[in-house]
Amino acid sequence: MDILYKIFLDPFVQMVTAPDLLVQTLWEGMVGGVLYALIALGFVLIFKASGVFNFAQGIMVVFAALTLVGLYNAGISAFLALGLTVAVMFALAFAVERVVLRPLINQSDIILFMATFGLTYFLIGFGQFVFGGDPKVMITEQLYLPKGTVTYKALGGIISLQKLDIAAAIIASAMVAGLAVFFSKTRIGRALRAVADSHEAALSVGISLEQIWVIVWFAAGLVALVTGIMWGARSDVSFALDVIALKALPVLILGGLTSIPGAIVGGLIIGVGEKLWEFYWGPLIGGGTDSWFAFVLALVFLLFRPQGLFGERIIERV
Amino acid sequence: MLYREAGQFKTSYATDQAIFPILQDRIGIIIILVIAFVGIPLIGNDFLTNAVMTPFLIFSLAAIGLNLLTGYTGLLSLGTGAFMGVGAYACYKLTTIFPNVNIIIWVIASGFFSAAVGVAFGLPSLRIKGFYLAIATLAAQFFLEWCFIRIPWLYNYNVSAAIEVPQRELFGIIVTGPRASAETRYLIVLTIVVIMTWMASNIVHGRIGRMWMAVRDMDIAAELMGIRLLPTKLLAFAVSSFYCGVAGALLVFLWYGGAESTVFSINESFTVLFMIIIGGLGSLLGSFLGAALIYILPIILRFVPPQLGLPLHAATVEHLTFMITGALIVFFLIAEPAGLGRLWQIGKQKLRVWPFPY
Repeated sequence: MDILYKIFLDPFVQMVTAPDLLVQTLWEGMVGGVLYALIALGFVLIFKASGVFNFAQGIMVVFAALTLVGLYNAGISAFLALGLTVAVMFALAFAVERVVLRPLINQSDIILFMATFGLTYFLIGFGQFVFGGDPKVMITEQLYLPKGTVTYKALGGIISLQKLDIAAAIIASAMVAGLAVFFSKTRIGRALRAVADSHEAALSVGISLEQIWVIVWFAAGLVALVTGIMWGARSDVSFALDVIALKALPVLILGGLTSIPGAIVGGLIIGVGEKLWEFYWGPLIGGGTDSWFAFVLALVFLLFRPQGLFGERIIERV
Repeated sequence: MLYREAGQFKTSYATDQAIFPILQDRIGIIIILVIAFVGIPLIGNDFLTNAVMTPFLIFSLAAIGLNLLTGYTGLLSLGTGAFMGVGAYACYKLTTIFPNVNIIIWVIASGFFSAAVGVAFGLPSLRIKGFYLAIATLAAQFFLEWCFIRIPWLYNYNVSAAIEVPQRELFGIIVTGPRASAETRYLIVLTIVVIMTWMASNIVHGRIGRMWMAVRDMDIAAELMGIRLLPTKLLAFAVSSFYCGVAGALLVFLWYGGAESTVFSINESFTVLFMIIIGGLGSLLGSFLGAALIYILPIILRFVPPQLGLPLHAATVEHLTFMITGALIVFFLIAEPAGLGRLWQIGKQKLRVWPFPY
């Protein structure tokens, strides 16, 4: 009975008796979730447009952040470095399309997936070769990102919010809104959706697949840059981020591989769920559970809805 | 010229269905086995046996395991590292609880524990496919890795949270632990790998293998033909995890001599996946070729610059290794997406009809 009490009742009692802790945990989960969602967004962009499951998205985040910091440390002013990094991400998108995607056109999914593995390895080696492997500090002040905390006295306790996290949430929302407008209102956005629906049909109405792929990889690169800045500001810029980026995968599952709102909602669910679980239930089984909670949640979820929350219905025919 | 099948007539179904139907192939495989069993131990170079051949064979075994699942049954898995870990930890627990039982028996038995865990995590595969399944197997990877750290019973409450291989003897010869000689360990690994490869070859050429391949090519069509999906897929998970588990036990007991949970991290899963994709999905030979390329290539890369007299920093070499490995993966995928195993077949075909192009 004691163990049942601890699992099913005690956490909720804690939630009600200490609402400030609950709100704090929820907020931290939200912020973590936004960052997961941003990485997942990069995955979804590329998967929608080219059907490539881009494993390299995580390392692109690291690479973008490293380039930014590396350029700044080389003595270039912060905003010029930002511009140059955008240019580097474009060059990367162009090179990926030319060297990796174009020769592998019409190959099966797993081959393309594998090619992005190759890209990941290459970027890890290249990034370390050029910028060194040691962690670096993100240039938050130079980019005018706010610092410090806001504290509220509410709910019978103190809730402290990092200003940076608030900024991250705002920037992420703005970016998602921007992408949504871009996808639905612009000419290129419509072309992107056409390519996502069917490569052949898009080709037949005169859409250039090569061009679209460069644009999509560039967009994913920009998302990676924003994610890299935000994540780098919370902790150092290092290659350890690559492993954390794997957390974006269960987010994708929850949201569905092809849905942009799904990536956001999935990110928030995973972020919040993970923090709540770790805070209230984790200590019962020894802690450190946030390494697998997201994946197990996704696994259980998949059993009931294999296409994710917002994914396209899977129809199978022989 | 030497590689001709002219004059070799197949007069029975058995010879027609032989795995090596051509005499030259049979001679070739015998030569390779003789070199592996006699030649390499005779050279007696500890570096060759211990640092190159033993791990290469162990990774080949793991690659065969994953290939049975991903290449033959079409179920993408990223949990290989964890399944190898289950084998290693199971073997460790078994041999510490029953120290007098032959260690080889425990190495093989640990495969069954891994198979059981594999079946449990393979259950969702009936509903989930493709990349979704790959991510689902990540749940196995991270959950099991967490277990290896957080359940102290698994490593006998060691302070270091690591497993250390105790010394075990087989017919009076020390086979595990720090005092075992490199040749002994190499020969044991080689024997197990050869036997298990032979078994895998028989499985994939038989009824079970055909069922797996039917499921891979289109599972709904396979179901309509009367193949029961759940038992078939679960069997694939079980056999695959069995191979991975034995590979994991061998890895720790006959190569590392001790391990922490980090050995069986997600990177291990990725490495084995690289091997089978570079080597060729659905090809046993490809598993060996892929393991050779992915495992031995970095070793060569590490030794080439000093030989050429290039004064490169160790860290720089490490970074370059990453870059070159990545570039080579992309290069091989573009050159032959079906893998090295397929390249080998094309080469053989060319040789057979030489000097004519067709």
